[in-house]
Amino acid sequence: MKHLLIAAGLLSATSAIAADKSQLTVYTYDSFVSDWGPGPQVKEAFEATCECELNLVGVEDGAALLSRVRLEGENSDADVVLGLDTNLIAAARETGLFAPSSISADFALPIEWKDDTFTPYDWGYFAFVYNADASAPANFKELADSDTKIIIQDPRSSTPGLGLLMWVKAAYGDEAPEIWAGLADNIVTVTKGWSEAYGLFLEGESDMVLSYTTSPAYHLIAEEDASKAAAAFDEGNYLQVEVAAKLAGTDQPELADQFLEFVVSDAFQQIIPTTNWMYPAVTPAAGLPEGFETLTVPENSLLFSPDEAAAVRDQALAEWQNALSQ
Amino acid sequence: MLKLDDCLIKNGNFTLRANIQIEAGTSVAIIGPSGAGKSTLLETIAGFRDLKRGQIFWKHKCVSNLHPGKRPLAMLFQDGNLFPHLTAEQNIALGLRPNGRLSKDEETQVQSALDRVALPGLGGRRPSELSGGQQSRVALARVLVQRREILLLDEPFAALGPALKAEMLDLVADLVAESDTTLLMVSHDPQDARRIAQQTVLVADEIAHPPAVTEQLFENPPPSLREYLG
Amino acid sequence: MAERAQPVSPWPGIGAAALVATLILGTLAAVALRAETSSGFSPADWAALKFTLTQSTLSALFSVLLAVPVARALARRRFRGRRALIALLGAPFILPVIVAILGLLQVFGRSGWISDLLGLFGLPPIRIYGLHGVVLAHLFFNLPLATRLVLQAWQEIPAERFRLAAQLGCNGAAMFRLIELPMLLRILPGVLAVVFAICLTSFAVALTLGGGPRATTIELAIYQAFTYDFDLGRAALLSALQLALTAVAAFAALKFSRGDGFGTGLDRAIRRWDGGTPTLDAFWILTAATFLLLPLASVVISGFAGLFEMPAMVFRAALTSIIVAAASTAILLLLALPMAAAVATGRYGIVELSGILGLAASPLVIGTGLFILIRPLANPTTLALPVTALVNAAMALPFALRILVPAARDVVTRHGRLAISLDMGKGTFFARVLLPRMRPQICFAAGLGAALSMGDLGVIALFADPQIATLPLQIYRLMGAYQMQAAAGGALLLLLLSMGAFWLLDRGGRWHAEA
Repeated sequence: MKHLLIAAGLLSATSAIAADKSQLTVYTYDSFVSDWGPGPQVKEAFEATCECELNLVGVEDGAALLSRVRLEGENSDADVVLGLDTNLIAAARETGLFAPSSISADFALPIEWKDDTFTPYDWGYFAFVYNADASAPANFKELADSDTKIIIQDPRSSTPGLGLLMWVKAAYGDEAPEIWAGLADNIVTVTKGWSEAYGLFLEGESDMVLSYTTSPAYHLIAEEDASKAAAAFDEGNYLQVEVAAKLAGTDQPELADQFLEFVVSDAFQQIIPTTNWMYPAVTPAAGLPEGFETLTVPENSLLFSPDEAAAVRDQALAEWQNALSQ
Repeated sequence: MLKLDDCLIKNGNFTLRANIQIEAGTSVAIIGPSGAGKSTLLETIAGFRDLKRGQIFWKHKCVSNLHPGKRPLAMLFQDGNLFPHLTAEQNIALGLRPNGRLSKDEETQVQSALDRVALPGLGGRRPSELSGGQQSRVALARVLVQRREILLLDEPFAALGPALKAEMLDLVADLVAESDTTLLMVSHDPQDARRIAQQTVLVADEIAHPPAVTEQLFENPPPSLREYLG
Repeated sequence: MAERAQPVSPWPGIGAAALVATLILGTLAAVALRAETSSGFSPADWAALKFTLTQSTLSALFSVLLAVPVARALARRRFRGRRALIALLGAPFILPVIVAILGLLQVFGRSGWISDLLGLFGLPPIRIYGLHGVVLAHLFFNLPLATRLVLQAWQEIPAERFRLAAQLGCNGAAMFRLIELPMLLRILPGVLAVVFAICLTSFAVALTLGGGPRATTIELAIYQAFTYDFDLGRAALLSALQLALTAVAAFAALKFSRGDGFGTGLDRAIRRWDGGTPTLDAFWILTAATFLLLPLASVVISGFAGLFEMPAMVFRAALTSIIVAAASTAILLLLALPMAAAVATGRYGIVELSGILGLAASPLVIGTGLFILIRPLANPTTLALPVTALVNAAMALPFALRILVPAARDVVTRHGRLAISLDMGKGTFFARVLLPRMRPQICFAAGLGAALSMGDLGVIALFADPQIATLPLQIYRLMGAYQMQAAAGGALLLLLLSMGAFWLLDRGGRWHAEA
């Protein structure tokens, strides 16, 4: 125990040494800060321009991230939060903890973006990923009628899981319960998070797994493996737009704004595609990395506005739970 | 003098009354039918059981409120008299210093105790490497270094053969005589009592009877003893 | 007064128990007090409660029922590799959940080894997802633990008993009735309660193997209350419910498992004369080994390639994990030993109870509560490692107590009177008699604690600092970054480290276990 205290003391001592530079603390999800995520490069690139120290703090996932900020409340240590998505924006806004920062950029989103508080930094389509040599259903109804096996994530514990819930609701509205009932026998299992689901799919437990249209890009670019494909559904694929925002309680408002400007700049945006494996919110000058042009692009995109998403969320969850608990 | 003054021991349905005096320096056998409370009497004197009523005095000082370890006595139980993970020497040393390291002088005392019980050179062995008789000797060596004024024996040699048991009792008798110790020993066997105890306490009918001269008691036994002796 | 004389003081143990209770209940209170509004229990929560109770009860029953014949077979047979097998059987228990799930499904899944084998004969794949899958997975995790606990009790039966029974001409069945059944009746309620409580807090395993939202456990409902609804009041309420269920189970277990130790026996390797039926014993050992080792084999096979692809930070994380495990083990022993001593002096069931609560405490609630409590005083992130070590110790405490308490009770019964009559101090008895006499159990508990801490994701994820990661966290990060192969390598490394720590510590105290 004594050694632990000493170790803890040493840790706080090392962070104190750097304290003469101004500090910007950004809360984000854990995979962003991991050594394979955008975090290390983002830190290096921003610190090269800002004369400051950028502290990236990882919190499990987007939903846990928002919970952390709510838990800390007005005197949160965070200056900026990066990693919420449209399903969380309404709840985030309602806390009153976030401040406007009016960042503007030439967003390359499939939808129009107007929000003075939440700045998009990347986006993607949810999609079912499958082995390219198999055939994919064209929509949810075809999927439900087939004996294709899928693995999905639980909307209560996973961002893609919640995305799928919204996807079916956006595409089918009041018909959503029937769609879920039809899908019930296709669902091999429901996992806590994306990693379990994707891992099981790679082991062959299912024909398809809920992920992103950009997932095949990872296999193609990082592993030179073109065997994975993502299915475009003709109802449209639901969008995920990930956003960053400044906290009202920040003691570094200028630096926070500077970071948000940086987020929509080329320096940040060119890091995103091959580290976060999402589409950049603003297409970098050099364009998308080679391989992204091979990705499936759905013809239609679906997205609830933050307010709509908040309004339908609980009912959609109840329908999902009900249909899959039979 | 050990005095049990109007003592009442209760344990569930079991009761035992004792109102007896034992002269210092005598060896007393405690004899009686199985289940009459011989061991209970000893355990009470040692402090492992509470008195319901009465008090115990040693040399006119009340000892019945003392912690068992603070009473002026050493006790050997039916079994478990040695710590199996400690060597003979370490076990004996506990009699001198239960809580600390030995001085040079005390180490010598341990060695001479080992010599006295005829186990020279076996001090480094653990109990499992010793025979039953040797284990008893180690326990006696510890009692020896404890230098307590009273020694309580709750049939510690019951598991030994007759010859070995006699040998141990003789050793006890010698040690007790050398150190002027008061001895109380539970026994089943009139031979044991005759062998080393001048006096005998009969425990029967819920009463610990006052000590009687051993020879006389066995020559002219009261009815309850006669029944026991068969 | 004299009757209350005890060779060892209960107070340090009571203090340790109070500390643990404060940690568990204090963090719960911190969460509850931080709550703004709460919606109370919903019908879905009641469904979760029902499912949780069903799966925990079934999992506990099956784990214990199967552990008895396996432990009996292992206690009776001496064969080459027995020690290694016993150590290996402990492995599933210490695997990180996600690794264990992948390993299990590689064997039992739709496209697992068994289904592939069935496919060769034109048979359909087995259906693993459902309540039976949940129970199977919990069996995989808990059968080894239950077996070890029962085996330990078996080996603590003094050899003299078996000799006596053999002398009386007892056959296997009579020997069982005479010696083994009383031992089992004494120990099984406790083992049942432990496994029940472990399964109570299952989340990812129950959900994945259960095949969907019908397999929602209370722990998932707590997670949902935290992150999905941000309803701290409901999270605290659900967590309190979980604690209450565990307390009930623990109380029942304590009530039924009262009884004395097995009396005096000298240290001697156990030899038995009942013979039994070697084929039946072989059957149980082989079945258990196959069931437990196949998924482990799949972890090893899929990890092997990844072992050479792991980036350097994985090894740094491994080092961090080793340090955390060492600290956690030290804290564990500092808490568990005085607590075991206190329980051994009797009438301190409340101490044991407070130890068992660690099983049912939701890591999410403890972590969040600690976060709320620490934040006004210090930056929680800088305390990530000490906090992780502390929480891991509290989580391993129930197992340590189950291992230590019977042994401590036995030592106090056997040697307490002698120590008192020698006027041995309570501290001396603790250091010179209790600790050395309990060495095998202490080493077993330490090994288990170190291995558990190594494999546990614990609360580090809540406090995470990008610079400091434990190995389980790094494995999750690798998976989150599509690096499944490197993650599999990390999992194998973790398995090796956990087993290594366990083997090293447990070996330090092996006694009786050898032929």
